[in-house]
Amino acid sequence: MKKINPNINRDDKVIAIRGLQKAFDDFEVLKCVDLDLYKGENLVVLGRSGTGKSVLIKIISGLLQADEGELNVLGEDVNNLTPRQMDALRLKIGFSFQNSALYDSMTVKENLEFPLVRHSKQMNQHDRDRVIDIVLEAVGLSQAMHQMPSELSGGQRKRIGIARTLILRPEIMLYDEPTAGLDPITCIEINKLINEVQRRFNTSSIIITHDLTCARAVGDRVVMLLDGEFKRQGTFDEVFATEDERVKAFYNYNFID
Amino acid sequence: MDPSTNKKTPETSTSKYVISRRFDRIFLEIHSIYAFNLRFFKEVFFPPYEFKEIIKQCYEVGVRSLPLISVTAFIIGIVFTNQSRPSLRDFGATSLLPALISVAIVRAMGPLVTAIIASGRVGSSIGAELGSMRVTEQIDAMEVSATNPYKFLVVSRVLATTFMIPALTMYTTFVALLGGYLNVHQNELTTITTFFTQVFDAITFLDIIASSVKSVLFGFTIGMVGCYKGYNSSKGTEGVGKAANSSVVTAMFLVFIEELLVMQVVNAIRAV
Ligand SMILES: Nc1ncnc2c1ncn2[C@@H]1O[C@H](COP(=O)(O)OP(=O)(O)OP(=O)(O)O)[C@@H](O)[C@H]1O
Ligand SMILES: [Mg+2]
Repeated sequence: MKKINPNINRDDKVIAIRGLQKAFDDFEVLKCVDLDLYKGENLVVLGRSGTGKSVLIKIISGLLQADEGELNVLGEDVNNLTPRQMDALRLKIGFSFQNSALYDSMTVKENLEFPLVRHSKQMNQHDRDRVIDIVLEAVGLSQAMHQMPSELSGGQRKRIGIARTLILRPEIMLYDEPTAGLDPITCIEINKLINEVQRRFNTSSIIITHDLTCARAVGDRVVMLLDGEFKRQGTFDEVFATEDERVKAFYNYNFID
Repeated sequence: MDPSTNKKTPETSTSKYVISRRFDRIFLEIHSIYAFNLRFFKEVFFPPYEFKEIIKQCYEVGVRSLPLISVTAFIIGIVFTNQSRPSLRDFGATSLLPALISVAIVRAMGPLVTAIIASGRVGSSIGAELGSMRVTEQIDAMEVSATNPYKFLVVSRVLATTFMIPALTMYTTFVALLGGYLNVHQNELTTITTFFTQVFDAITFLDIIASSVKSVLFGFTIGMVGCYKGYNSSKGTEGVGKAANSSVVTAMFLVFIEELLVMQVVNAIRAV
């Protein structure tokens, strides 16, 4: 069980969502989502497959447009931003994709350089190499520098994906199922990495998962998405202290003997 | 509850509704093609320029196509010359062979053969590459890292095909003429000087301009179709295959339409 991060600032909301709705054709995915993310907090979003967890963070990072509702990220109203302002905001948000989304025509080093050459223009090659060394060391994969993504395992790709999002020092990290499909030991390493990132870079994070071990290890607060709304929230134990069959089922199937 | 049961299936809608949806989709598609093309012209002139990627793509399109194009062009030159000989011989006009080859290859076969080979080789690979980048969310990853994926991927590729297909066309034309020369030399013992003098006498300035315009148009089309299909490919591995396949089919189709149109325009100009 995680010790709640003492540095959380509950007066500083980095993300504030009110009444968010999103539908695809006739299919309502998110019905009425209210959510706050506080500075320095690790927020875990639980929910079954297909409940719209990925859709939610894609809306936060501007990859999808919400149909309705307010969305405030780092003090900016995301619905009313020019493309240029949106890009400036995106630099402060790190998005770690469900399937890593590494650029597979580039080596690991080129993957990490890709955002750097475009956004840290004042850096020379020497500075860039140093920053790349630092993040690779942070995810424990210094030796993979010159490999192609196709030569890495799923867990290694995930970690490189996280390294690539860390490289611009985002204030907010969005992790989409960081531990899905990994063995338990690699899961624990990823969980450690997420906590390490929170401590070292003082980021606020949303972690999407259906892995309760991960939720317990990294979450300062847990929310659960049911029927397009956040029905339960609180600490890990508070969320599961309920008679709701669906929530109990979620718990039981995760810790089946 | 399985959330997918919320989805209304098409069967529950009335048939009128389905038809109107289908029309909607066609118009939406037309609009998105229009917007996709327009965006190219909006972005191509403004920084940041992705020079490195453009060079890389030029290499990919140009140099990597050379072996296939060389062999094809050479064989086409030989075969075309060989097959044209009997009909000219009937009129005792085999001395016109170089002029005939020249007109056919410079005006039509050079640009067309290049475009068709490029549609197959370059169009499909662009479609598949961008399609798989879409499916594996690499394009989304660029977008969230505040890099313009359209500029990095689409503009660079379309520029590369627009520059390189005309260059390849020149090369194809030359190699095909060389094939023709070998065949003529073997049968009619024409010297290379005589052959090429006749070749250049047969074509006009208008022919060269028309072929250049055509090949630029073909290059732009092949790049644009591949990028559009790949960039907008549907999710799933099936989408990648579809994107690659329909890139080739659509690009070839458009190339032939453009060939017809340009031919009409050039004939009209020639007539005045
Ligand atoms: N671009 C899209 N177009 C149409 N429907 C979509 C799109 N993206 C997501 N959906 C639909 O929205 C629903 C929620 O998708 P989402 O990817 O957010 O699920 P998820 O909660 O992340 O599930 P998982 O745990 O499997 O990743 C799905 O039913 C999906 O079909
Ligand atoms: Mg998901």
